[in-house]
Amino acid sequence: MEITFRESWGVIHGLIFGALFLLAFSGGIVGLYSLRPEFLTAEGLKERMGRLKVWVGSMAAIVWATVISGTYIVYPWYRAKPPEGATDLSAYPRSLLLSMPNTAEWHKFGMEWKEHVAWVAPIAATVVAYVIAVYGQQLVKEPKIRKALMTFFVIAFVTAAIAGVLGAFITKAAPVH
Amino acid sequence: MTTETLIKNGKAAAALLAGGIGALTMGLMTTLSEAISSFGAALNWYKPAGPLSGKTTVAVIVWLVAWAVLGNQWKDKDVDFDKIAMIAVVLLLLGILGTFPPFFELFVSE
Repeated sequence: MEITFRESWGVIHGLIFGALFLLAFSGGIVGLYSLRPEFLTAEGLKERMGRLKVWVGSMAAIVWATVISGTYIVYPWYRAKPPEGATDLSAYPRSLLLSMPNTAEWHKFGMEWKEHVAWVAPIAATVVAYVIAVYGQQLVKEPKIRKALMTFFVIAFVTAAIAGVLGAFITKAAPVH
Repeated sequence: MTTETLIKNGKAAAALLAGGIGALTMGLMTTLSEAISSFGAALNWYKPAGPLSGKTTVAVIVWLVAWAVLGNQWKDKDVDFDKIAMIAVVLLLLGILGTFPPFFELFVSE
């Protein structure tokens, strides 16, 4: 049983950050949805708010860590150009995918969308974390702001999920070794 | 008896709108890089990551500048939150559209 340095970064980027992100999103969206006066006592609100700040703050931090590690650590290995005349492309995932018609779309559609759309997630998640941190318990009285935050939060999740799912398929087709 | 001071909605509106602007910038950078090859090449700020490094850095800078400007303008104001939140979500969705390959490939330069 062996895992290379590059594979371990792939696991950190995709699997560990991905799992933590999913966990943080679940906690955040439930906390945000239940931030309603009819659901909470004053004591409950205080306790809930502290937890919510941790969930959404963690989610934003995890998404930033994911896109930065993806763009500047894993992606350069993915897009590295093989030497002239190389026939074994297994160490060059982008070139490997593009070398076969039945896998080329994994790069042309999958990777092209993943690498760009993923960056919407940290922006949207940070906005949500900031507004929750600033407004705190006042959000209970601000249904319009809560609704906008939930929309941003879901969009952050969806964009990250698109990137994550595409990443899993691309890694299956042409892993970074 | 205590009076509660509520934070005006301007801070939230500024953060949301700036987020929309940041996402739209990401979409614009992606599409423009495909449409104008010299533009894409100019965004190659970190060679191992290619033009993605420039596209994402520009998007983050535009987002933060927009946030600083709007946040400063609206920090003590109540603004038309519904309208601004709607614009922010539309910008966010347009940004996602700009990163969608079947969309930006419509503008690919030969």
